[in-house]
Amino acid sequence: MKNTINLKIDGITVTVDKGETILAAAKRLGIKIPTLCYHEDLCVAGNCRVCIVEQTGMRTLPASCATPATEGMEIFTNSLKVRNARKHIVELLLSEHNADCTKCYKNGNCELQNLASETLVNEPMFLDLVPGNKYTIDKYNPAIIKDDSRCIRCQRCVRTCEELQGVSALSVAYKGSKMKVSAFLEHSLNEVVCTNCGQCINRCPTGALVERNYVDQVWDELLNPNVHVVVQTAPAVRIALGEELGYAPGQRVTGKMVTALKRLGFNSVLDTDFTADLTIIEEGHELLNRLKRALVDKDPTVSLPMATSCSPGWIKFIEHTYPEYLNNLSTCKSPQQMFGALAKTYYAQKRGIDPKNIISVSIMPCTAKKFEANRPEMRDSGYKDVDYVLTTRELARMIKQAGLDFQHLEDSKYDSIMGEGTGAAVIFGATGGVMEAALRTAYEVVTGREVPFEKLRIMPVRGMEGVKEASVLIENTLPEWSFLNGVELKTVVAHGLTNADAVMRKVKNGEGGWHFIEIMACPGGCLGGGGQPIPTNKEIRKKRAEAIYAEDEGLPIRKSHENPEIAMIYSEFLEKPLGHKSHDLLHTTYKPRLRY
Amino acid sequence: MNIPEKQLKRVDLIFAETEVYETLEIAFKRDKQEVLNEILESGLRGRGGAGFPTGLKWKFTAEQPSEEKYVICNADEGEPGTFKDREILTRVPLKVLGGMAICGHIIGAKEGYLYLRGEYRYLVAHLDTYLNSFNDWLKKHGIDFTIYIRMGSGAYICGEESALFESMEGKRGEPRNKPPYPTVAGFRNKPTVINNVETLVYATVICKYGASLFKNLGTFDSRGSKVFSVSGDTPVAGIYELDFGMTVERFVEEFGDGDTKAVQVGGASGFCVPRKKFKETIIGFEGVPTGGSMKLFNSSRSMYNVLHNYLDFFHEESCGQCTPCRIGCQQLLHGIEAVKKGEKSTAYLITLLKLAETMKIASKCGLGQSVGNSFKSIVENFKEEMIY
Repeated sequence: MKNTINLKIDGITVTVDKGETILAAAKRLGIKIPTLCYHEDLCVAGNCRVCIVEQTGMRTLPASCATPATEGMEIFTNSLKVRNARKHIVELLLSEHNADCTKCYKNGNCELQNLASETLVNEPMFLDLVPGNKYTIDKYNPAIIKDDSRCIRCQRCVRTCEELQGVSALSVAYKGSKMKVSAFLEHSLNEVVCTNCGQCINRCPTGALVERNYVDQVWDELLNPNVHVVVQTAPAVRIALGEELGYAPGQRVTGKMVTALKRLGFNSVLDTDFTADLTIIEEGHELLNRLKRALVDKDPTVSLPMATSCSPGWIKFIEHTYPEYLNNLSTCKSPQQMFGALAKTYYAQKRGIDPKNIISVSIMPCTAKKFEANRPEMRDSGYKDVDYVLTTRELARMIKQAGLDFQHLEDSKYDSIMGEGTGAAVIFGATGGVMEAALRTAYEVVTGREVPFEKLRIMPVRGMEGVKEASVLIENTLPEWSFLNGVELKTVVAHGLTNADAVMRKVKNGEGGWHFIEIMACPGGCLGGGGQPIPTNKEIRKKRAEAIYAEDEGLPIRKSHENPEIAMIYSEFLEKPLGHKSHDLLHTTYKPRLRY
Repeated sequence: MNIPEKQLKRVDLIFAETEVYETLEIAFKRDKQEVLNEILESGLRGRGGAGFPTGLKWKFTAEQPSEEKYVICNADEGEPGTFKDREILTRVPLKVLGGMAICGHIIGAKEGYLYLRGEYRYLVAHLDTYLNSFNDWLKKHGIDFTIYIRMGSGAYICGEESALFESMEGKRGEPRNKPPYPTVAGFRNKPTVINNVETLVYATVICKYGASLFKNLGTFDSRGSKVFSVSGDTPVAGIYELDFGMTVERFVEEFGDGDTKAVQVGGASGFCVPRKKFKETIIGFEGVPTGGSMKLFNSSRSMYNVLHNYLDFFHEESCGQCTPCRIGCQQLLHGIEAVKKGEKSTAYLITLLKLAETMKIASKCGLGQSVGNSFKSIVENFKEEMIY
């Protein structure tokens, strides 16, 4: 059977693979057909109709994103018929859309705005439907704001929530003019199964779904002379922030970011990498402890496999969906929350600052972190451990507000204490990174040798495959770990909640035989987080991952247990992994939630 | 145009008593291709309104290599002014089931589904009695085909074939992108024949009497007879089976009240024929196609109100998925209101007519594509009623 197809687009002949759409075929010719509901990460919907084209012999105008090319097809992408219809469609969308762009958070990064501008919309062609349609705005969630008046019903968010995340917190409700994207029974996202992952935000073409921003609140703190504002930056921020500030995807801007934060007025610019390393020590010991209880003590109550707990989207997902497995979660807080708890205890003591005067801000690639910081469990320091969580996008906004010429800033280093991180911590930002970091440390703790991978690159857990399995045979252990001799440590890594669900289903069926599971809620891990620059796609996430691994290899220390600040905090403050203080400050509990 | 004009003629094929089991026994003994040829030869076209040749639909599906295929009877009769399928299912359900079984036999399907309009739930008990004995009969005769009933829930859009599949699969009833067409990927993404109730009855009739009886009725483009649901300003509202292809004039002579100013052919998604065009307009695929809905309006009616009623219906019954249909329907509805109230100038009607044209060519499914039919035919023919 022939596997290629010849067709003509705007008079040019092109050969494409069988199954390729008209949209993709046009792209090969350098013709960009405008789209709105189409997104590379998602299945085709074909509902916005912006990408319509004219096909010779057809009465109707097919949607190019949804129509496969066929042999001998003759397509016109910019005929009079197409232009008129497309203009109507854009005008219709605008008539139903609250186009008060200056008041919109997405102003300047809105696909509808761009399209309207390209289409040369001036006087509205149709009636303004916005006043009559009583739109609702869901502002009750600490992480995500959903404004129906800006929604164009492209259903990208619905597809994201269902296909990529397997959550289906968002779905389509009602029909006709009342049709809308809604959570269960029109509840607030706050009250439903939503994990706050923010993947819907990353794919929303307009400002209908945005993060709840805390930019003004943080400025107020920065400009308040009576408080000491510390900031922590997550590993995945440094490799993506540049995209918001004029760099191509995959550029590392760590040094410039630190400078910018100092210039914004943060009293101390610190690194979440420090607590990522700390997580490895705590979580690694927790795993070894569980293995010992299972293998040596034959304790039937021990929960294995153990799952990572760094990703708050994943935590909320398992609380809703697999509440019977909450004991399998590591009790370790996420690095953000460990940092928060230490900032108002250890840091405050060392620096001699009253913790009530410390404001702790975190810069995260994540929207779920906003929810996490608000959890009632996260006040172990006696205060709210993390006061404000900003996304990568919000930080970029602040840098722009401050008028900083980011590209020409000099590099600078993180402050101390709690500013030191290793390569193992940096890779937390990519799927498989926590696993790799944990293995680098655990293997060495147990055997006294480095993991048997060239340049510490544990390739089986890297890459963008949805579910990755890896096993490490433990041999010739140090005497105290002899019970692990000959054990093949089996691990699995998943990113994106649909993949997490697949892993959990296997766990539930008693399959897999894993000891340790790493799960990140977002595609690609934190680098593809819901707080990262928009747009996102596979290519961009791949570039960001490359940047993360380059950052790792560029650092002098690449194993968490070799971080000198980690040794210091244990000797000065925490005493020992899983010790009393750790238990109080660094570990947490989870709660079952309902499933709707 | 010297085609001799068709006289109005009543026909009695649909509701006439037919020995269905006997017909099936004969059909199952015949060569499948032979039976299919009979359907092809008859010229039968889909009676839901779109008029796709039934034999071709069956042929395409039969040619698909899949092991799993389905026959679906679309009984989601939702077009405003159509009520013939209800009557058919009440009076001759066996003939419907017979058509499904013949189709299943030809295309190689093992399961058939009757998708019943939500409002017809009261028919289920009645249908079940026939269905059970019918399924038993098939089993007894060694035919591996079973028919089930599936209920709709009241959405107009679920009469659209791909939305119907989605609904049957337990999803929200939204039309799919085409291609692929149902003959390739329909219910559960398997090759599927989906036919209107009336079409399936005619299939049984054709198997019983042969293609020629059917073919000799109607016109070249509109073979056979057709069941009409007649309503509106008529002294004789009801269901009539008529020789296909008559003019609106002949129809009005029979069913009008003497003061007919317009006939809406094909329901809300069909065309409005004004008095001045009665003579030249043929009811059929060469003129105005119809799924059976024939609504007569006399001079006491405001065509603005008629159109407003249709648009009100569409803006509520659009699935809301695609832009032209969801927002277009709202704009048309509020647009004519604005013109009527004088908030928009009369020239705005031209903008709306252009919009209706865009909806016809750019909407995702038949619903959005046909809103423009009634809009254009009413606005163009009764412009003064829109304004004053």
